[in-house]
Parts: sequence; structure tokens; C-alpha cells
Amino acid sequence: MKKFKYSEITPEKIYKKRRSFIKSFGFGFGSLALSTLPLINNSFANVDQNKVTSFEDITTYNNYYEFGTGKSDPYIRSQNFKTSPWNIKIEGEVEKPLEISMEEILSSFQSEERILKLRCVEGWSMVIPWNGFSLSQLLSKVTFTSKAKFVEFESVYDPDQMSGQRYPVLNWPYKEGLKIDEAMHPLTTVVTGLYNKKLPNQNGAPLRIFIPWKYGFKSSKAIVKIKLVEKMPTSSWMWASPREYGFYSNVNPKVDHPRWSQATERVIGNDIFAPRIKTEMFNGYGDQVANLYTGMDLKKYF
Amino acid sequence: MIRYLKSSVFTLSLIPFFLITYKIFFNKLGPEPVKEITHFTGEWTLVFICLTLAMSPLKRFTKLTFWINIRRMLGLFVFFYATLHLLTYVVIDYRFDWGPILNDVVKKKYIYIGFSAWILLIPLALTSSKKMVRLLKQNWKKLHRLIYIIAIFGSLHFIWLSKTIFFKPLIYTLIILFLLSLRIKFKKNT
Repeated sequence: MKKFKYSEITPEKIYKKRRSFIKSFGFGFGSLALSTLPLINNSFANVDQNKVTSFEDITTYNNYYEFGTGKSDPYIRSQNFKTSPWNIKIEGEVEKPLEISMEEILSSFQSEERILKLRCVEGWSMVIPWNGFSLSQLLSKVTFTSKAKFVEFESVYDPDQMSGQRYPVLNWPYKEGLKIDEAMHPLTTVVTGLYNKKLPNQNGAPLRIFIPWKYGFKSSKAIVKIKLVEKMPTSSWMWASPREYGFYSNVNPKVDHPRWSQATERVIGNDIFAPRIKTEMFNGYGDQVANLYTGMDLKKYF
Repeated sequence: MIRYLKSSVFTLSLIPFFLITYKIFFNKLGPEPVKEITHFTGEWTLVFICLTLAMSPLKRFTKLTFWINIRRMLGLFVFFYATLHLLTYVVIDYRFDWGPILNDVVKKKYIYIGFSAWILLIPLALTSSKKMVRLLKQNWKKLHRLIYIIAIFGSLHFIWLSKTIFFKPLIYTLIILFLLSLRIKFKKNT
């Protein structure tokens, strides 16, 4: 798969300018790659914040407790993390379990740029130009049994390489989960890169998921296993504090974290004079995903 | 000599303030500058709480009165950094947007307890002059024991704002509990 990427031939600053130029046209040339998935463009247009966060901020300001709880720990401590060879198992309630290598994933799925907003449960947000494809495409490689109701994501467990895993900060390995309809939603993205570069280790290399309408911790990094299950999985954060971190964890300005408000957020990269911005329902992706939750009391199913 | 030492402690105590001012003016605060200022001033408040609490045990172990001579000054630096911390939250972070601020103070326990700690610091700061020490006599000591409650509130404030059980807030809590426990023994002995 030898292919030139824009980032290899374009300096980042120019590249970024080009991006904002393209965006100023709304549905210009840049949208061509996404034209098959118009809802992703729309969703971005809904997000008031149309400034893409810098590569530096995206890759040095991370929550990735496997490498430590400090924001710069992942950047500092993950540089020697080995991401190859890497296999991903898809198992559980499937007709035939599958083990697929990273090489195979990269060669069989066409990645596209998806500029999506990340809202952290701590009250900050970024806009990230991910490269990836819909999880539904990957899951189409297996046939679900009738019992498959939820998807559980298991991240890698390797305390030798991940110093943070030597401490019981969370219940290792990191686990997260989605309802099957959430997992099959086109916005649920398998991420293999950002800024048209290989996904940096501190951002969850070699493969992570990204669910833009949920708080960031729902988007597991360094995934090794995807398990289809019948019962709602218990995520690592639910283990840590079930009262505070729910299974759904949809971005919702009306449902506070028990200990802090979720009504507003700070935009990463802004200076000290920039005000907080209002947090949007489903992080601004309500038009695309609200129908997944019709009739549900989102205060109860937080 | 004491005077000279006192002024060096004063200068040293201002270093964090100059450091954060430098960071603000030279844009060295990182991707989330407001949070950086908030955390920086908050953590230094806790450091000065620990330092203030360490003075009377230090006097006991070293038999030097120097520690008591600088104690009030360190206490005032607790108030100084706590006030900067509060101002960061009110002025820079929420820009006097009183609705969400009041909502936080009433509904969010980490804000509530942090704000209470700051309120409790006010009478201590107001009665820190030599004149007030003389005026209040025995009551001065009693009043200034409020710092024990403030210290506990401060550590709870840190624990409650963390996403899960983190190392740093636990360390501060342990230090504060240790420093407070020294006082329990002290009382029994005398």
C-alpha cells in the first residue's frame, strides 16, 4: 500500500491553511472523499467550533491512563510502545470468530478523513482530523448471532510497556462498550491515523475507535479484542464509579457529572482570554444520532 | 539575622507567583492555559498549607523559634495563592458569569468545600497582624486552629475534583493528616 499522503508532501501549516480554505467553501473539493457519507459533513457543520486543533495539542495533551494520569505522560511514555505485530480478535456472539492483522485491516478498508469533535468528560474539547472508516465496515466481516446485543472493546494489557497499568488507577485491561445500533452507526469510526499520518502511540495506535457524540473515554485506544455480547458490558469507568460514569455517557449539557457541571467546555488551544463555549447535546451530532435514543430517559440512562 | 531569613522566605514564597506570571506573559501554559493557572495556584495553596502546618512540629523537633516567626507569613501566602486560585476561576475561567458559578458553589461539593475553605481563610488573614495577636490574646490561637479545618477542606477539594482516585491528591491528604496527627500527640504530652 504505497501511497503518497498529503502530509508527506505538504508542510503542516500550509496543509492546515488548505483545510480551512476548503472548509470555507463548506462542501468544496475536500468533501469529495466524504461525499458518500454526507452526514459526516453535515455533522461537522453543526459544530460551532470549526477550528481544527493543532497536531501538537492533539498529540501532547492526552488522557491515556495506561501511560500515566498526567496529560503529557502518554506523549512522553508511549514513544517506544510496540504496535506491530498487532492482531484484533472479533469474537463472542458471532457465527465464526475472526482474528485479523493490522496489515489486513489497513489494506482492506479505505480510510478517509473525518474531522470530528472530541468532548472530554473533564470539560474540554478538540476538533481532530482523524483518518478512519466506519466500525460497521469492520464488523461486516463477521456474522452476528441473534444474541449479539452489545459490543465490548478490550484494549491491550501490557504493564511491561505501559507503566500506568502497574497501578490500579482503573480496572485493567481497559474495557468499553456500545449498544449494537451505536456500534453500527456510520459515525462510529475505526481510527488508524490523524492529520493523514499514522496514528501516534499516545492517541491509541495502532487502532482505536472514536464515537464523536460520547465523552472521550468511551473511545477505546489500542484495541485488541472486539467482543459481541448479549448483556451490557461493564466498562472500566463503570467499575471505577458506576454512579458517575454511565454506560451511555452521551455528551449532554443537561446531565451533569455528579461532581462537576457539563454545561460548558474549554476549547483546547485557545488562549486565556477565550471564553468557555456551550456544550451541545450529543456534542453537536444530535441530527445524526438522537434517533438512537428515542423514548429513552437520558438522565436515567446517562 | 531573623529579619534577613524572613525576607528570604518571603522572596522564595513569591517564586511560584513570578513563575506563573512569566508563563502567562510568554505563553508557556500549554494547550489548556486556564486550567494550568487554576491547577498551579491551587496546588501551591496546598503546598503552603502543608508548610504552615509543618512549622510548629519543626519548632518542637529543632527547638528553634525561627519556624514560628515565619509561620504567619506562610499562612498569608496560603491566603494569597488561594485568592489567586479563586480569582482564576471567577475572572478568567467563568468571566464573572455568576449563574454557573453560583450553581457550582451550591451544587458541586468540590467547589462548595473549596469556597468554604477560602471563606474560612478570611478571618485568619484579617487577624494576622501583630496588633491583632495582642488584641485577641488566647482567642487568637483558638481562631487560628481553623487552619486544620481549612487543610482538610483543601485536600477534599482536590480529591473530589479528580476523575478517579489519583496519586497526587492522596499524597497531599496523607501529608496533611500526618501533620495534623503530630498535633494530637503534642496535646497529650503537655
